[in-house]
Amino acid sequence: MTADTKFTGQTFKSVGTRPLRPDGIDKVTGRARYGADIDLPGQLVGSILRSPHPHAAIRSIDTSKAEALQGVKAVITSADLPDLTNGNSELFDILDNCMARTHVYYDGHAVAAVAAVDAVTARKALKLIKVDYEILPHVTDVDEAVAKGAPVLHRKCFTQGVEPKPRKPSNIARRSEFGHGDVEAGFAKADVIIERTFRTEQTHQGYIEPHACVASISPDGSGELWVCTQGHFVFRQHCAELLGMDVSKLRVTPTEIGGGFGGKTHVWAEPVALALSRKANRPVKLVMSRDEVFRASGPTSATSIDVRIGITKKGRITAGDATLRYTSGPYVGMWAELGAMTAFACYDMKNVRTVGLEVLVNRPKTTAYRAPSAPMAAFAVESVVDELAGRIGMDPVDLRIRNAAKKGTQSSYGPVYGPIGIGPTLQAAKEHPHMSAPLGKNQGRGMACGFWFNFGGQTCTDLNIAPDGTVALTVGTIDVGGARASLALVAAEELGIPYDQVRAVVGDTSTLGYNDMTDGSRGTFSSSMATIMSARNAITILKERAAKMWDIPVAKVAWEEGCAKAIGKKYGNLAPLSLAEIAAAAPNTGGPIAGHNELVADGAGVSFATHICDVEVDPETGRTQVVRYTVIQDAGKAVHPTYVEGQYQGGAAQGIGWALNEEYVYGEDGRLQNAGFLDYRIPVCSDLPMIDTQILEIPNPNHPYGIRGVGETSIVPPLAAIGNAVSNAFGVRMTHVPMSAPRILKALDEAEEASSTSTETA
Amino acid sequence: MRYEAPLTTPEAVELLASSRGRVHILAGGTDLIVRMKGGFIEPDVVIDIKRIKDMHVIRKTAAGTSIGAATSCGVMGRHQALKKAWPGVVEAANLIGSDQVQGRCTMTGNLCNASPAADSVPALIAADAQVLIIGPKGERRLPVEKLATGPGKTSLKKGELVAAIELPPRKTRSADAYLRFTPRTEMDIAVVSAAVNLTIDRKNIITAARVALGAVATTAIRVPAAEKALIGNTLDEATLAAVAKACSAACKPINDKRGTVEYRTRVAGVLAKRAAQAAWTRAGGKA
Repeated sequence: MTADTKFTGQTFKSVGTRPLRPDGIDKVTGRARYGADIDLPGQLVGSILRSPHPHAAIRSIDTSKAEALQGVKAVITSADLPDLTNGNSELFDILDNCMARTHVYYDGHAVAAVAAVDAVTARKALKLIKVDYEILPHVTDVDEAVAKGAPVLHRKCFTQGVEPKPRKPSNIARRSEFGHGDVEAGFAKADVIIERTFRTEQTHQGYIEPHACVASISPDGSGELWVCTQGHFVFRQHCAELLGMDVSKLRVTPTEIGGGFGGKTHVWAEPVALALSRKANRPVKLVMSRDEVFRASGPTSATSIDVRIGITKKGRITAGDATLRYTSGPYVGMWAELGAMTAFACYDMKNVRTVGLEVLVNRPKTTAYRAPSAPMAAFAVESVVDELAGRIGMDPVDLRIRNAAKKGTQSSYGPVYGPIGIGPTLQAAKEHPHMSAPLGKNQGRGMACGFWFNFGGQTCTDLNIAPDGTVALTVGTIDVGGARASLALVAAEELGIPYDQVRAVVGDTSTLGYNDMTDGSRGTFSSSMATIMSARNAITILKERAAKMWDIPVAKVAWEEGCAKAIGKKYGNLAPLSLAEIAAAAPNTGGPIAGHNELVADGAGVSFATHICDVEVDPETGRTQVVRYTVIQDAGKAVHPTYVEGQYQGGAAQGIGWALNEEYVYGEDGRLQNAGFLDYRIPVCSDLPMIDTQILEIPNPNHPYGIRGVGETSIVPPLAAIGNAVSNAFGVRMTHVPMSAPRILKALDEAEEASSTSTETA
Repeated sequence: MRYEAPLTTPEAVELLASSRGRVHILAGGTDLIVRMKGGFIEPDVVIDIKRIKDMHVIRKTAAGTSIGAATSCGVMGRHQALKKAWPGVVEAANLIGSDQVQGRCTMTGNLCNASPAADSVPALIAADAQVLIIGPKGERRLPVEKLATGPGKTSLKKGELVAAIELPPRKTRSADAYLRFTPRTEMDIAVVSAAVNLTIDRKNIITAARVALGAVATTAIRVPAAEKALIGNTLDEATLAAVAKACSAACKPINDKRGTVEYRTRVAGVLAKRAAQAAWTRAGGKA
């Protein structure tokens, strides 16, 4: 952060309005080009052979029959993607996940791939590849994986972060710990302590567009890749490193993206497509099927979380302790660590400790899913906080207000907070009409809070003034939720011109410097900062050109309302020069006019939300319907409020699906049973009520316009809010997500049994 | 793969009898095409029956109502007379898939796909429907419950196809209803389902009843014990409890990704009870 990027409290003309998005018409008419819409002359069809076994050693792979099939142009195995990772274990895991080497670690793990003239030939060729597997014992369940006697995935896996180093290998790849104070002393001061264990099942991001790319490598060693991705610069980096290419020789062009939610921050098939193209010397198109998307890309962790919280009768939390076990697939991750960091982040606590354990299982490699790891931790903590409120007879909102973190609070994961939105979202929830609306029969209301860090990162933009004075803005962050509209608004604001005179596009990797990917809710936050700086740089040049046109000192030129204005007694009567006039004169005043900016967007500003939810449960079937839902979240400043609301609603919708129905179901054989949208149930429109939103604007002091990221936090509270609503409807504590109908019916039975037993004993 | 689109039923039967290899009939294609695209089946011959005009007709016959095999469920949903006479059959057919799927899918396809969870099948069994089968040896008729013999298996012989589904004539004060449990509101498949078809007299006594369940056994099943509990009684709490009990007792479900034995068994009773109530109200029953 520099002095230039500080919040100044200016008033806005364009920012905060709701114009149509520039990508809208093409998307609704089908003109927009997604990953699978790119075609090149001479292109081949790529297809991947995947392991049917959850865990096996690869004895040998015989590709000779596939290679001999007419129409097959290339067959590859791990031998064609040799290990060039040079000790970089994270990159090696990515490589091993893209194409298995000595072992397969999950049902769906890639073992070979073909490029053929058409899909039928490619499919036929896959069937001709013979893989000799030595089947090994497997484990898919998070608790079973850490239990004694569980099959160990990697014999060289000794838990990191433990001193001294453990003597035996295990599936706990890493341990992390956060907190401060003295937890046991804190519990000693508590009047009530509740300790519970929670479980959440593995979910997929559920993006509608499967992973798709077209790869083309020339014999001269340069290459091109068209791909649906959340981060083309990161994809370029990983692909170039894995294929041994110079980074600048691979040009990656991002397509429109049909959802990513974290799942497209990671390469899965792109290095395979490039390796096939290199071997076949032809362009190769590779599109995953839905089955492959589920089996071999992107799920979030399954978790098992122990939480213990102590509280005084007056409602002050005295201590909190949590152990969080998160699956990371067969490779070490930082998912439990993120859970451990976020678990108690909403609260001001003197004594807090969280321990995260990364658990290896025979499931696909875990990747980010919208505020990764936070929803499960919030489910566990917010459920116990709600139960504590009930136990001491305090309103759950009041209890949270009493304990909410504020400016100056040391967070549970370390840093001291600046101005934050948890208190205001809780206050808004308390005052919201939803909170006091009457409930119907079999209905319950719940609420919960959520936190996400947000991220800034490396960002680079170009702003070019066209000869007619319109503006071409090129950004390097993928537009996943309306960012082009928001960034055009920001450029228009800064230049003082109408929104429709700015066209924002996402540039390919050859047009801009390196950009981090669109993750951590950073797209609009960081690219708006770089856009503002680019516009200011362009204005500097525009003023110089105006001074030249007028032949007056540049110090006597101001930029106002899209025009250069001469200032001072001496020059004040000169007619203003418009952007168009200055642009038209550019050939004679020094050539094209542009503003560039490169920065690391620091100071993203943490994000908080409070959700309120009403559910109705059918007590005879356990079927649960969300009947009312309200999201209250701090946006810092909502650039385009419609898309901020869209982010709030989208996160809530995904959270509702996760809370009620979505889960990976594995059979005894370790195979995924529901690799499709029929049996992996994301909500359809009729499953959801209209999700109400309330945007709070507590300016981020580290952004010129006060903007905070808004994309992720909205998925954090729903699991807990719905869990609390169901629990409040029937007086049972729901501890297992998803709260599917059979689980709810069982919980209702157990509650009934418990109450009849207690009546008998009374 | 060979694609054939005959214009008459005899041509279709002839093609079916003479074709070798894996032969599949295509009507709406909402199961077949999905399975082909998923690589689960690789047909040698596909015979499309959509161009056969007779197959699209819903008509009154001496024996009741005949619904041609290629009639889409969407068309059924817009057929007022059919909806009035057989609200349960139509609501079952209209629960399949989505609006888009409804425009293509057929009840005959749903039946011949032989899924134990097929939505229209319990309703057809409760309705006492039969299928008109045409084959190399001519026509035959079969009660609907005898067509599916197990998951994905039917009693159709080589060269035979189902040309129509026939519903019996409708008596007064009769109605049917179908209910299913799905985790989602739509675009889903039954975890368990129940259909009830009944006739009541002027004293609100049930004189005839048929009850069927879906997704609780290898095929949709009829539940005679539940029918017995209904016939001769009015629909009071005791009757409903007996229906629920009989239905739960008739279940032979499995544990799978969609539901547990315990859950299916219990909810079968709940749905049968609710379906009986809905049919009763539709038939004009008063407590």
